[in-house]
Amino acid sequence: MTHFSALSLIKNALSGQKNWEPQWPDSEPKAEYDVIIVGAGGHGLGAAYYLAKEHGITNVAVIDKGWLGGGNTGRNTTIIRSNYLYDESAKLYDHALDLWDGLSQELNYNVMYSQRGVLMLAHNVHDVQSFQRHVHANRLNGVDNVWLSAEEAKEYCPPLDISPTARYPVVGAALQRRAGTARHDAVAWGYARGAAARGVDIIQNCPVTAIRRGPDGRVTGVETAKGFIGAKKVAVSAAGHTSVVMDSAGVRMPLESYPLQALVSEPVKPIFPCVVMSNSVHAYISQSDKGELVIGSGTDQYTSYSQRGGLPLIEHTVAAICEIFPIFNRMRMLRKWGGIVDVTPDRSAILGKTPVPGLYVNCGWGTGGFKATPGAAHTLAWTVAKDDPHPINAPFTLERFTTGRLIDEAAAAAVAH
Amino acid sequence: MLLIHCPYCNQTLPEAEFTYAGEAHIARPADPSSVSDEEWRDFLFIRTNVKGPHYERWRHFHGCGRYFNAVRDTVSDRFLITYKTDDPRPELSDLLEKSK
Repeated sequence: MTHFSALSLIKNALSGQKNWEPQWPDSEPKAEYDVIIVGAGGHGLGAAYYLAKEHGITNVAVIDKGWLGGGNTGRNTTIIRSNYLYDESAKLYDHALDLWDGLSQELNYNVMYSQRGVLMLAHNVHDVQSFQRHVHANRLNGVDNVWLSAEEAKEYCPPLDISPTARYPVVGAALQRRAGTARHDAVAWGYARGAAARGVDIIQNCPVTAIRRGPDGRVTGVETAKGFIGAKKVAVSAAGHTSVVMDSAGVRMPLESYPLQALVSEPVKPIFPCVVMSNSVHAYISQSDKGELVIGSGTDQYTSYSQRGGLPLIEHTVAAICEIFPIFNRMRMLRKWGGIVDVTPDRSAILGKTPVPGLYVNCGWGTGGFKATPGAAHTLAWTVAKDDPHPINAPFTLERFTTGRLIDEAAAAAVAH
Repeated sequence: MLLIHCPYCNQTLPEAEFTYAGEAHIARPADPSSVSDEEWRDFLFIRTNVKGPHYERWRHFHGCGRYFNAVRDTVSDRFLITYKTDDPRPELSDLLEKSK
């Protein structure tokens, strides 16, 4: 694997950029692995990377039905933050944020993590009360989040319209300065490169059709388009398709899959300095390094596996953006797409063991899985390696839907669900 | 935009008039106090989340206001049928045959 450095950039520039090597091989499956990870998104590739690096388990395959990073990793709006209300969530997402901090150095791959701050707009008295509660809860958990007046918010984000006659007046905002965005593809590529360098096989365009179990109930491997592949342990990290895969192992999941849409505008000069979210009007916006405005909103109302979604939602989202940022009302939109997100009843992830010995699951991230990528990957690797959850992901069990010990971010999260 | 047929109004109308109301044919336990934790979990939280024909409920919110059932393919988002809540659950094989 080429080590990226100023020297390697100069050397390759002098030789006309013709001597770069592929960053990872496209592997063919072996007969058996110690661990198979289903789903080569950021979460799955990251888990393989940490299994190899921190737990010395390198006989690992990451299998995907498409190309790596082609699911929700490549379809999200790249927002990273950790200002969640409950202790369990705050710990998990802040763990991810800690890992984001050093990720480019760790992977020797620029994931373009930009801590430009996430501003959450309050439009009415209920928003103010709810966000101030979040600010206080976050502070008690050591998560940075501050309350800004409308004027301070305008100063932080000049395109904001804070006039009192606005359709959605801005009365204040919560700001997490440590939050921001990252280059989503680079996260998948960086982890893939790091994992492959340590001996992990990345098998693309190979749908997993079923998980196989032995007479004792233990996992024995997976059926794929390229035949049966044996495995001592299987970790499913398949986002919207998790319940389909888990069903084949006889585990029914408390998940529903919804399309979540996003869109980008034509590229323009830098105008938008941070990420702005508005939960009341259900829209969020930032500007990519290419110059496109990246816009997202909530899920479509109905479950679906079509990676499209409906236009009414896009219309609603863009209308909201134009109300809050009138300067954008003549921007032209370039592309829109959808990803299939797996939503749990309490809007918190499921990350840990399952009733099936040797089978692990990482799912239920709903509309906000990208930000958790390093944290989810790191704790999933720990759980698989030790057959025991890391203290950070221990509360995120599948059993909580039986015991009732839910992590109920659904009603309380500062997120656009 | 989806076009949805309301079986009560007998009209096919845009999605914006309707709200989705989750999986259909999930009956609340008749005797709640005798139900185990696992059965409660299944009733409250476990869904088939099927990739393919899905039995689901919709409500004609901005119309007659009534709930009805539907079978929709979650891959193509195409409706195979919509039917009144007291109609029997249609057999999938019949629907697939008809939609050919």
